[in-house]
Amino acid sequence: MKTNDVMLQTVTKVVTFIILMFAVHIFFAGHYTPGGGFVGGLLTASAIVLLMLAFGIQTVKKIVPVNYVVMTSVGLLLAIATAAASILFDVPFFTHAYDYFDLPLFGETSLHSAMLFDAGVYLVVVGVTMTIIQTIGEDE
Amino acid sequence: MSLVLLIFLPIIAALFIPLLFKKIGQIHTGWFVLLVPAALFIYYSTLLPSIAEGGNRVSELQWIPSLDIAFIAYIDGLSLLFSLLITGIGALVVLYSIFYLDKYREQLHNFYVYLLMFMTAMLGVVQSDHLISLYLFWELTSISSFLLIGYWYTRDRSRFGALKSMMITVFGGLMMLGGFVLLGIMGNTYSIRELISQSPELVGHDFFVWALVLILLGAFTKSAQFPFYIWLPDAMEAPTPVSAYLHSATMVKAGLYLVARFTPVFAASGTWVWLVTGIGLFTMLWGSFFALKQKDLKGILAFSTVSQLGLIMSLLGVSAAGFHVENATEIALNYAGFAAIFHLINHAVFKGSLFMIAGIVDHETGTRDIRKLGGLMSLMPISFTVAMIGAFSMAGLPPFGGFLSKEMFLTGMVALTEFDLFAMDVWGIMFPVIAWIGSVFTFIYSFYFVFHTFAGKHKPDELPKPAHEAPKGMLVSPVFLAVLAVVIFFIPNIVGEWLVKPAVAAIQPFMYDSPQAVDVHVAAWHGYITPELWMTIGIFAVGGLMFWSLRKWQHLYERFPNTLNSLYDNLMFLSDTGANRFSRLYMTGFIRSYLVYMFSFLVIIVLGTFVLNDAFAIDMNNLAPVGLYEIIIMLALVGSTVTILFSKSRLTAIIALGAVGYSVALFFVIFRAPDLALTQLVIETISVALFLLAFYHLPQISRKEERMRFRFGNAVIAVGVGVTMTFVALAAHSGKALPSISEFYKETVYSEAGGGNIVNVILVDYRGFDTLFEIGVLGIAGIGIITLIKLRLTKKEGQHENK
Repeated sequence: MKTNDVMLQTVTKVVTFIILMFAVHIFFAGHYTPGGGFVGGLLTASAIVLLMLAFGIQTVKKIVPVNYVVMTSVGLLLAIATAAASILFDVPFFTHAYDYFDLPLFGETSLHSAMLFDAGVYLVVVGVTMTIIQTIGEDE
Repeated sequence: MSLVLLIFLPIIAALFIPLLFKKIGQIHTGWFVLLVPAALFIYYSTLLPSIAEGGNRVSELQWIPSLDIAFIAYIDGLSLLFSLLITGIGALVVLYSIFYLDKYREQLHNFYVYLLMFMTAMLGVVQSDHLISLYLFWELTSISSFLLIGYWYTRDRSRFGALKSMMITVFGGLMMLGGFVLLGIMGNTYSIRELISQSPELVGHDFFVWALVLILLGAFTKSAQFPFYIWLPDAMEAPTPVSAYLHSATMVKAGLYLVARFTPVFAASGTWVWLVTGIGLFTMLWGSFFALKQKDLKGILAFSTVSQLGLIMSLLGVSAAGFHVENATEIALNYAGFAAIFHLINHAVFKGSLFMIAGIVDHETGTRDIRKLGGLMSLMPISFTVAMIGAFSMAGLPPFGGFLSKEMFLTGMVALTEFDLFAMDVWGIMFPVIAWIGSVFTFIYSFYFVFHTFAGKHKPDELPKPAHEAPKGMLVSPVFLAVLAVVIFFIPNIVGEWLVKPAVAAIQPFMYDSPQAVDVHVAAWHGYITPELWMTIGIFAVGGLMFWSLRKWQHLYERFPNTLNSLYDNLMFLSDTGANRFSRLYMTGFIRSYLVYMFSFLVIIVLGTFVLNDAFAIDMNNLAPVGLYEIIIMLALVGSTVTILFSKSRLTAIIALGAVGYSVALFFVIFRAPDLALTQLVIETISVALFLLAFYHLPQISRKEERMRFRFGNAVIAVGVGVTMTFVALAAHSGKALPSISEFYKETVYSEAGGGNIVNVILVDYRGFDTLFEIGVLGIAGIGIITLIKLRLTKKEGQHENK
């Protein structure tokens, strides 16, 4: 069955980047406004799924050659390492630290160790969602 | 602290073993391993002088302070003796294994990791003062024994033996844990020393006998006492160094250690004296009797170990009887404790060497079947000498260590007849009689082992390999042990002074307050008139006569049924098939069945709780008015749900399901929950996409198979779940037992957590643990799906563990 998906492919080329940008925004904004690692991860995954629907799984695998299982494990490690790092400073497990920093370009910015943990969540969510979808989608 | 760390030294060393094996393969890994027990042995030897004077060493490492659980290494005479045995025999066995296990063909990294793990576990058992850590190490010995028996895991018999030993010893371990907990409740402490000091108060407690029986179950299963001994013969599938180490010298003695250690606590009870002495003695007779039935060299040794363990066990029982007699040191009861420890040392020495010889015979001839062996005396002269010394020591012949302790064993048993408590005056005469019969059989099987292997006619045709003497390195350890067996005979009192008496003082604190107070003097010659002498002579005479005529009556053994083993087999078979059948009753393989279970349980439990607590609170006040948008979304929600139920094609159902999800997301928008709305929207999108991807693989919808009754049941459950959840929502809204937590979040979200978005701060900070575990679960789900789809069983058909 050959379908004409020019429209879908053309739109996808633009929309994917909008979704990805939005995902990044939502990930970083999460601590103060709606968003966070979980939603950010899901949005990223949805962008990739959109690519898959438009161009097919094999093509996307070539464009985004990421091993999602590794991604999941990196995310899990990052999350647990962030949580465990507090032990090194002699405070209970999972104590977060945060402060304001003056960064070039951004001005005064709040940096929070919760962001690292959230990054772990982000990676796990993208990794697992894509693992599931890819595995099921590829199965013959 | 340092003593505790020494317990863990072997297991820490084990971490480096695989590395050494992979990187420095040309040197046998055993040489590196040898350093560990040798160093520990030297260190523990330096403690001897102070311990022999009655001192002790304690060191402590907190483990879970909040539960008051700690590793406490407590070394007194008893612990030190066992530690020396573990490290000393351990070093010899490792040395022996270097020549026994080929460095190219065997998986040495596995073997030595297990062995070192066992060493830590065993040291932990004999040094722990804390019951919980003792239990931990105890189970670790079972696990490492399991791994070592199953070392040649491609063999059926190995796996069977490993499982059997694990089942029986772990069963006993769990019983023992129960006993420990009862002791902990009674004495309000888990420290053995504190329990011993409170022992007079413990006796009258309701749980006392329970704790006693449970702890004995642990000890009896581990030390292979009747009727639990059946795992030990099957454990002989392990490589011979393991049999020599775990299954004769150390691990099976853990039960003896436990009994010895708890003697001061339980000695006051007649049940203890009867059970320990009775079971021990009966095991001794049973083991020695059936040793003659065995055809396998290691089988003979296994039964002989069972028998010898029973002998030591019974002596420990008699030593507890000393608690009840004012003048215990005057009548011969004081010999029992000394004899138990002394024989324990002797047994480790001669049985270790015998096992090593059995291994050598197996290694050099290719078989352990005693019917094929014979006449090896001239071909393997050194092995023969060692085997003879070991066996004669076991049989209780002079001039070997075993003679002395066997004499003392008989003395102890005879002494029981003078004991007039617990109906011993009536039944006491049974003990020396059983002991004597057991000793006769011990004598016969010792001779059977040596002479049917080394004497008689050589049968080269039946041996898989031409027999020759073992390499020198392999002979070092057994020869050393054999020399020791002779040396002990000539210096028994030095051994007694340094090793036995400190241990006896720890077992019988009610009789001796220091090792010096143990006034036992070992002599090879007691005089003409003692009953022991005549018993010994009788053993030699009757035993010799019966051995001479062995071939005439040995075939009678075939008539004995193997009841205990078939009992175990049937039990395992029944529990296996029974559990399978029970699981198949409800594991139908249909998701719909599982959903039925889950939802029915949900309804029953939640509604049941509602009814029991009369929690039907419906308060219609302060409800917000329902607006037009809510009604519209509601209608869309209900409409799409109904569509799913009645749709004929799967595609329609999927799209309708998506509509349900989006409607819920719209609700979140209206109720101003942007985070939830966003997440819900994206989740819906992705799951619809996932459905579309998986669409191809799903089977056609067919509804014909579902009968009317089935759908009616579904309807009941569906309505039930709906009603339940409605009640939950209404009750949650109406009855607020506690003030809402949202105020707390509002106040602290910036000041404490430095954030602005409460939902996200809850996820990453307030309830970060939840999130951590949730992503863990996500990861596991991902792995699960990969295994389900990519690593399907059908791809691997035809593979089996057995090579």
